[in-house]
Amino acid sequence: MSPTPTTSPRRVVVTGIGATTPVGGTAPETWEAILAGRSGVRPLTQEWVAEHELPVTFAGQLHTSPADVLTKVEVRRNDPAGQYALIAAREAWADAGRPEVEPERLGVAMGSGIGGVWTLLDQWEVLRTRGPRRVFPLTVPMLMPNGPAAAVSLDLGARAGAHCPVSACASGAEGMGLALQMIRSGRADVMVAGGTEAAIHPLPIAAFAAMTALSGRNDAPERASRPYDVDRDGFVLGEGAGVFVLEAEEHALARGATIYAELAGVGMSSDAYHITAGEPEGAGAARAMEEAVSDAGLAMTDILHVNAHATSTPVGDLAETRAIHRAFGAHTANLAVTATKSMTGHLLGAAGALEAVLTALTLHDRRIPATINLDNRDPEIDLDVVTGGPRSLPEGDVAAINNSFGFGGVNVALALKTYR
Amino acid sequence: MALSEQEILEGLAEIVNEETGLEPEEVQMDKSFTEDLDIDSLSMMTIVVNAEDKFGVRIPDDEVKNLTHVRDAVTYIANNQG
Repeated sequence: MSPTPTTSPRRVVVTGIGATTPVGGTAPETWEAILAGRSGVRPLTQEWVAEHELPVTFAGQLHTSPADVLTKVEVRRNDPAGQYALIAAREAWADAGRPEVEPERLGVAMGSGIGGVWTLLDQWEVLRTRGPRRVFPLTVPMLMPNGPAAAVSLDLGARAGAHCPVSACASGAEGMGLALQMIRSGRADVMVAGGTEAAIHPLPIAAFAAMTALSGRNDAPERASRPYDVDRDGFVLGEGAGVFVLEAEEHALARGATIYAELAGVGMSSDAYHITAGEPEGAGAARAMEEAVSDAGLAMTDILHVNAHATSTPVGDLAETRAIHRAFGAHTANLAVTATKSMTGHLLGAAGALEAVLTALTLHDRRIPATINLDNRDPEIDLDVVTGGPRSLPEGDVAAINNSFGFGGVNVALALKTYR
Repeated sequence: MALSEQEILEGLAEIVNEETGLEPEEVQMDKSFTEDLDIDSLSMMTIVVNAEDKFGVRIPDDEVKNLTHVRDAVTYIANNQG
């Protein structure tokens, strides 16, 4: 593995992990389910599915209800997106051992793709049916996309900044990347970073279905998210949050923190090609991967694992495959690729954060989780996809990348390394 | 039939509990909403609106600033209930 350049400012390490997802209420529960290959996708049983005659009747809903974890008042005063962020951030903070840090040196970067859609539409209904005086006074801070970042900042007393990258399905990864840059630039020593999303609501379902982005496999929800399979027919909506506590290496070492992995680099680019479709040859996505690896002070050949964006759409999985080949060339054959959305569905603005969490756990446990539902690989997907069960990582230093792409032509790649 | 002040106090305490998580028995006549119960202006507006629904009274926005203590709210509701 290439040495880290001496010009590199500060190394940034993962010292805490939290997640609430369709397969588990915590990061360890989620990781156990992912290693076991369990799907969190289920039929939706809410009345609104039939009421609105939704064409898609399943999703990856949270495994554990926030009402089981938060107080009644916290549930009342936060949009579900904020609730999920609080749950995952508190878990990550506790997991990190509640580091002692000056409030002015502690920041938050919590992305969200859609924001408080439940609050917005619930309160619109209140306005229509009961009038302006009955609109909940906390409506605006609940619906604003930075509401979750603000809630976490208030909860932990973080004063170095409370940021909310909004870049559709790359928001969570951008949160991780922004946090990395803030620690490197000296704005903060510790960051609570990630993404959150709570968009399993009839309007986003109808809207994603209207653009034929969603799988229509209503008769077999657990089989619907099938990245790389020849019969994939769209993504499955998921929800939840994923959070890292990121720390300057010297700060983590000084307090004897447990280190999961190093967040070594981030690459970002934009396609300027189409509002929703990724550029089909993957040039922008490839550039993000190359920049992430270069930013990490690594060579492309140091990367041995890719946690792919791979949402299970016919076009998207193929474009990412082309981008991986474009970026890695002949080394592509040495990449063990996995698509954990096959189990969780697509968490939109939380996806990149959850998958960064899973990549860090992959490096820490040295086991790559398998992609499920890959029965017949699309012959155009010429990647070494991990299937059938977890695959061990080789001995020694290992680096991985995690890709996230969003509407608007946004590409974000994160580079993570084992830490020893 | 008009509610007694004690019944209004109990109903108000339930509303405050729902909004803030404060235990109902902490909501006592001589407590200040802001100083003692730490209720901010946004929560106060929600409590007022919920009290209007519960007790069938109208509490104009101009009146809310006069309701500094729990007793003020209970008295206002008692004197204006429909």
